[in-house]
Amino acid sequence: MSGVRVLVGTRKGAFVLTSDGQREEWDIAGPYFGGWEIYHLKGSPADHDRLYASQYSSWSGQVIQRSDDGGTTWAPVGNEFGYDGVPGTHQWYDGTPHPWEFERVWHLEPSLADPDTVYAGVEDAGLFLSTDGGLHWEELPGLRGHGSGQYWQPGAGGMCLHTIILDPVESSRMFAAISAAGTFRSDDAGKTWRPVNRGLESEGIPDPKAEVGHCVHRIAMHPSRPEVLYMQKHWDVMRSDDAGESWHEISGNLPTDFGFPIEVHAHEPDTIYVVPITSDSLHYPPDGRLRVYRSRTGGGEWEPLTEGLPQEHCYVNVLRDAMAVDAFDPCGVYFGTTGGQVYASSNAGDSWAPVVRDLPAVLSVEVQTLL
Amino acid sequence: MIRVVLPAHLRMLARIDGEVELAIDGAVTQRTVLDALEATYPALRGTIRDHETKRRRPYIRFFACQEDLSHEPPDLPLPAPVLAGAEPYLIVGAMAGG
Repeated sequence: MSGVRVLVGTRKGAFVLTSDGQREEWDIAGPYFGGWEIYHLKGSPADHDRLYASQYSSWSGQVIQRSDDGGTTWAPVGNEFGYDGVPGTHQWYDGTPHPWEFERVWHLEPSLADPDTVYAGVEDAGLFLSTDGGLHWEELPGLRGHGSGQYWQPGAGGMCLHTIILDPVESSRMFAAISAAGTFRSDDAGKTWRPVNRGLESEGIPDPKAEVGHCVHRIAMHPSRPEVLYMQKHWDVMRSDDAGESWHEISGNLPTDFGFPIEVHAHEPDTIYVVPITSDSLHYPPDGRLRVYRSRTGGGEWEPLTEGLPQEHCYVNVLRDAMAVDAFDPCGVYFGTTGGQVYASSNAGDSWAPVVRDLPAVLSVEVQTLL
Repeated sequence: MIRVVLPAHLRMLARIDGEVELAIDGAVTQRTVLDALEATYPALRGTIRDHETKRRRPYIRFFACQEDLSHEPPDLPLPAPVLAGAEPYLIVGAMAGG
């Protein structure tokens, strides 16, 4: 089958949107796991039929679901996320020590090569690994235990590990991002870690250039150029050209540099997308106009993309994991909103159309290109 | 047989239709009922009690015979009508959230 499968996690269940390469007619399946918060779903790059989903509710906690048939049927797998050893403490909002407590899985990142290997980024921030298709999970404690963990503090949404990037070239290199701690890099497949936040500057923390304490919202990489990273921080859009060793600002002419997602075009490593949001207290687009901004120069110079998007009375947000691209040519770009709309562009963002308008608030959007 | 009623979202998760009936050897307590329930339906592990501490999740309550047993010691015997199968042991999702 040639086509695209869009995996949508919402506050009240998961949805699977499918289309052919034209991306004009859509089939919408779901809700799966109705009533539960689906923080994230993602497919294995090594087996398009293998999907993982993070299912959560305040009542009943964390469940991990797995599909082996592309999302038609699902079964719960392991949901025991025990921190390694004595977990110790991080800082609470008031600066007091707070014991590490598992709350939920924010992000699932399947291995690039093995469908049974999958990483989980959790709240309170930690990184877990399963090598048996999600049945059992073990923490990679080097991240939480590398030294700065005791100083990490939660952001407003909790202290979550929300981004995991696996380097397709240097196979032992990976990146993780935590709110509100920052970006971390491992060069030995997750065993040991170090903060890579030089160049970030955050008002609102005692030392604006501190080694940790930055509220990184998301980072993105193009697989053909893994040394280049893009970041949407709480405020500021940033870029690193040396695998996180240093960062510089590329906010340029954006109307506001606050936002959550950042994504890279499938075929053009210098074409990136963000959705500017008014401010940290006004979580909606400036002027009530929903605009995706695209840079074709790797940041700095941005153009608004508005065709097909509401340009008045729009006060939705787009969350950090709710934007993705497909691998067709022209590249498809997708994002979901807290108002329940999923928008798609089949021409790299030049124009947009809603795939579906009235889902529950969208938490995550991932795309599988089925060739 | 011990009858157990689960909230809808957990019935859906564990693919349970209606009440659960559990045969329990030995003392019938909240702990042994939940142990048997989780052994029969592994998908429920961690959704009612913490995996490790076995502490009840905050928004889950346990009722039987018009009594709230949520704060009772887990090793006390359940009421006689539950043991006799005349009344179910109720696992309830608290009224909270949206």
